[in-house]
Amino acid sequence: MAIEKMSIAKALNESLRKAMETDPKVLIMGEDVGKLGGVFRITDGLQKDFGEERVIDTPLAESGIVGTAIGLALRGYRPVVEIQFDGFVFPAYDQIVTQLAKMHARSLGTIKLPVVIRIPYAGGIGAVEHHSESPETLFAHVPGLKVVSPSNASDAYWMLQQAILSDDPVIFFEPKRRYWDKGEVDVDAIPGELHKARVTRSGTDLTLAAYGPMVKVCMEAAAAAAEEGKSVEVVDLRSMSPVDFDGLQASVERTRRLVVVHEAPVFLGVGAEIAARITERCFYHLEAPVLRVGGFHAPYPPARLEDEYLPGLDRVLDAVDRSLAY
Amino acid sequence: MTVESTAARKPRRSSGTKRAAGAASARKTAAATAQPHDAEPQLVQLLTPEGERVDAGDHPDVAEFAPFVADITTEDLRGLYRDMVLTRRFDGEATALQRQGELGLWASLLGQEAAQIGSGRALRDDDYVFPTYREHGVAWCRGVDPTNLLGMFRGVNHGGWDPNTNNFHLYTIVIGSQTLHATGYAMGVAKDGADSAVIAYFGDGASSQGDVMEAFNFSAVYNSPVVFFCQNNQWAISEPTERQMRVPLYQRAQGFGFPGIRVDGNDVLACLAVTRWALERARRGEGPTLVEAFTYRMGAHTTSDDPTKYRRDEETAAWESKDPILRLKAHLLASGGADEAFFAELEAESETLGKHVREVVRSMPDPDTMAIFENVYADGHALVDEERAQFAAYLASFEGGE
Repeated sequence: MAIEKMSIAKALNESLRKAMETDPKVLIMGEDVGKLGGVFRITDGLQKDFGEERVIDTPLAESGIVGTAIGLALRGYRPVVEIQFDGFVFPAYDQIVTQLAKMHARSLGTIKLPVVIRIPYAGGIGAVEHHSESPETLFAHVPGLKVVSPSNASDAYWMLQQAILSDDPVIFFEPKRRYWDKGEVDVDAIPGELHKARVTRSGTDLTLAAYGPMVKVCMEAAAAAAEEGKSVEVVDLRSMSPVDFDGLQASVERTRRLVVVHEAPVFLGVGAEIAARITERCFYHLEAPVLRVGGFHAPYPPARLEDEYLPGLDRVLDAVDRSLAY
Repeated sequence: MTVESTAARKPRRSSGTKRAAGAASARKTAAATAQPHDAEPQLVQLLTPEGERVDAGDHPDVAEFAPFVADITTEDLRGLYRDMVLTRRFDGEATALQRQGELGLWASLLGQEAAQIGSGRALRDDDYVFPTYREHGVAWCRGVDPTNLLGMFRGVNHGGWDPNTNNFHLYTIVIGSQTLHATGYAMGVAKDGADSAVIAYFGDGASSQGDVMEAFNFSAVYNSPVVFFCQNNQWAISEPTERQMRVPLYQRAQGFGFPGIRVDGNDVLACLAVTRWALERARRGEGPTLVEAFTYRMGAHTTSDDPTKYRRDEETAAWESKDPILRLKAHLLASGGADEAFFAELEAESETLGKHVREVVRSMPDPDTMAIFENVYADGHALVDEERAQFAAYLASFEGGE
């Protein structure tokens, strides 16, 4: 066992390095990914070691980046695309939705599009407009795409390599405010399945389900609730498409209560889908309606207001109390 | 001599790399020298609308392109003619099948046969084609079974052929998207060290899309072996070119740093020559080229629109006199390259093709219901599996229950 302690950012960097060493067809593309190593330094040092032909600085044109990545994938390459920030993905949304997601089906399965689109996403770093959004629902809703988000260094390391190995297009959301959080990574481990949820804290009274940046908040909420004598289980969903409903159902059947937490607006969000499906699957187990905690139906606010906008410990605990009150 | 053949003396090219040096004065006059969009087109032409070969000896600029078709024999000319006639027949049959309710929609290539056959026959087997949804003639040149093209228009699939069998990608309906796929593919070709080339087809309407500009820029920046082949057929559904551009399309290449050239899109020989030239540049590592084939869509944009509502009969009539097929026929007849027996034989072959297409389309089976769930993902997806199972159970619940 080779366990190393590293930040999520470093884990992603090591993961990319491993993938590029393993498969010469893996390419990295994006704005500033070369010499600079990306604005978050996730690709730091990779161009130096793998060359400009494999770590490709691109013009500032997101549709062009994804569109050419599709062409490279058609030629047999496995491009890993970096979109600099969440709010900048929309110029590429057309290519992702109308082309990348559908081409495998349109060809009756004869061609594959192993393209990974990495997106540093969500808030909490005091950024300006378009730098803090959580658009995961817009991608999870699209058949043909897979959508995942790691919440810790080990998942960052393993999930990214698994996404690159996948023959399907994967939208890989990186929780940017967690980039510097450190955790243990076993680089020799046999990783779990990419789309399986994981119970990160066991409990008996209620399940908190989250992914990406909100897993940490939910872990803190569970710890705080424990001090009040409430036993809260936390499930890290890890994947938003597909969602591991079997794993979540198993947890809810134990705890009989569910609160889903994400930063994205609640309305029509991932939590809404989970509430509907878990209600269908667990109707006779549930002691309370599935509750949701998330962003408001408003544009992501200026940085000075984001602490109010983002679900924090208190809002999660409030939902826990409301659920337990039924 | 016609205006067009006079114009053939001066093939117009923008040569970005050559002209970039003298920038100061060029900048000052750029706006003034840009051709208005409706200027009399000046284009490369090797065969006049009357079917006369433009004499390379008389026209130094034409002499540059004539060598690219110097190897074309009389038999080759008959082959090009056959391609155009059969493509038109296939296209006409598809239009008729749509009118009969056998196809949901059809995008006719009527009038654009020379642009497609000329460019399509310039390609090598190992080149790769990224078409829009109207490249039936190019598909023909690639050896794609034409009846395969009809599946998506009949509604039995979304383009169900294997693109790698004939190096002919799926039809792309979103305008201009495929120019980026072609550019990325060409980047891959260059990385592989291969000497094949990539060609992206699009129309004048697509030239307004940002993706096309991004494709131009990426291909220039990475010096990718891609040929952008724009068929300017003068109309984007009901929008004329003056609603789409202020300067001629081929001139845009200069701004991106590669050559652009306008060719008579109704002249199959000129299209063949210019495309060969552009492909050879790509193979030599000289990067992208923009070819604007100046042509005309003689029919509707698709069977859903009615061109009589937006364009004048005189315009259509003027272009009918430049018909790409009639012009090569006139040449073949005048030069003794083909006799009536050849044309009669081809007519019979056309009839056979038409009959075959009708029969295949009418016997195309509807896809299996459960195909909805097939190939959504390469590696599978739990939700798709769940919904497939639920729907199968739902369908099974009807069996014997009535």
